[in-house]
Amino acid sequence: MKPAPFEYVRPDSLEETCALLAADDDARIIAGGQTLVPMLAMRLARPTRLVDILRLRELNGIREDGGAIVIGAATRQADAEGHSLVAARLPLLAKVLPWVGHPPTRNRGTVGGSIAHADPSAEIPLVSVTLGAEIVLRSEAGVEAMSADEFFIGPMVTAIPMGACLTEVRLPVWTAKRVGVGFHEISARRSDFAFVSAAAQVALDTAGTCTQCAIGVGGAGDRPVRFDGASAALVGTKLSNKDIEDAVNMDIGQLETMSDLHASADYRRRVAAVLACRAVGDARDSALGLSS
Amino acid sequence: MKVELTVNGESRLTEVEPRKSLLDCLRDNFNLNGAHAGCEHGVCGACTVLVDGQPVRSCLMFAVQADGYAITTIEGLTPAPGELSVIQDAFCETHGMQCGYCTPAMVLTAHALLQRNAAPTREEIVESISGNICRCTGYGQIVEAIALAADRLSRANAPQGGAVR
Repeated sequence: MKPAPFEYVRPDSLEETCALLAADDDARIIAGGQTLVPMLAMRLARPTRLVDILRLRELNGIREDGGAIVIGAATRQADAEGHSLVAARLPLLAKVLPWVGHPPTRNRGTVGGSIAHADPSAEIPLVSVTLGAEIVLRSEAGVEAMSADEFFIGPMVTAIPMGACLTEVRLPVWTAKRVGVGFHEISARRSDFAFVSAAAQVALDTAGTCTQCAIGVGGAGDRPVRFDGASAALVGTKLSNKDIEDAVNMDIGQLETMSDLHASADYRRRVAAVLACRAVGDARDSALGLSS
Repeated sequence: MKVELTVNGESRLTEVEPRKSLLDCLRDNFNLNGAHAGCEHGVCGACTVLVDGQPVRSCLMFAVQADGYAITTIEGLTPAPGELSVIQDAFCETHGMQCGYCTPAMVLTAHALLQRNAAPTREEIVESISGNICRCTGYGQIVEAIALAADRLSRANAPQGGAVR
């Protein structure tokens, strides 16, 4: 369990980082290292050089900007978890962060690292897809942004081009007064990789009618997906349990699910439907002030 | 590569290969063998040390990344040579250790918890050690030990007099 030899560099700026990445195709970025180091230890990854971006100021911090909360890629998950802007403006992210790994891994692991690693069952990518986040990349060629939908391609496969560094994620803020969120996942042990997870965020008007809805499912297939059909069908309803079930059932047929030694594809599909319904139900109840 | 680390309040200069984990550096270069090598890929938590007071897996951090932080190992928790901290004492008393392999990491994790939360609930204790595996499965006594230590520490800090206890 020892990594193969590599060179280690810690650049002082993003510009220098991009130059280092451009100069060596086999260089890789390291930040918190909570997913990369196990891959190095098992020699699933053998980079020539590690470029450490964890301490780059430009990649650290959380700010509000034009209707979005912008989280620097090297911001630690533990810092995001305790951040007032996340608590106030991104309730769905605040809800899932305690489910990301364990407290010690969140102390080192970064928000950008979880996104760049693109584990299909990871919670931060699920929230990014559910809320329609924008992921910003920088390379020697310049700055490029893409939607989370375009970004995640498959298990540990993303659309990050060679030589690019993920710099920030922009998560849209819902401005409605009554917003609620829900999240559920099934795993062998708490905080282990989820077999299936589901996240939902809804907004209600004063009469309790749904005005905005987003539902996402993770862990079921090769990347997190959003249920746009179900979300659209739920807008304008009172989100009764029957409404939710009917809407989720519209989308569940198209969900691509996988089988592995933990769970069959069939099981994943059934559980995805149940968890999605529960997540929307919880989101409704929290928007109504019935539960947290 | 040369690296200067601050371990248990002491600044130490050493030479490491970039691929050397902080864990191996602590054990091989500094003879601090209290951090244990378990799975070496971030699952078991036996290698936990405190980095700026927060529990971190030292097998998932390279020594070359660790400069500039205050690193605390189990050796740094004892008040004096041959003595035990309140938390360590509580582990002895409640039989919170069996084979002892996970113990230093459990004690450090408990230390970090009690630093920020003087009176944790059982759920908070369980959550804080959720990333530490005990293969003897002695979790019951470990949770008991942390609760006992929390109780003793809060009494130690309470004003002396008739009202307490």
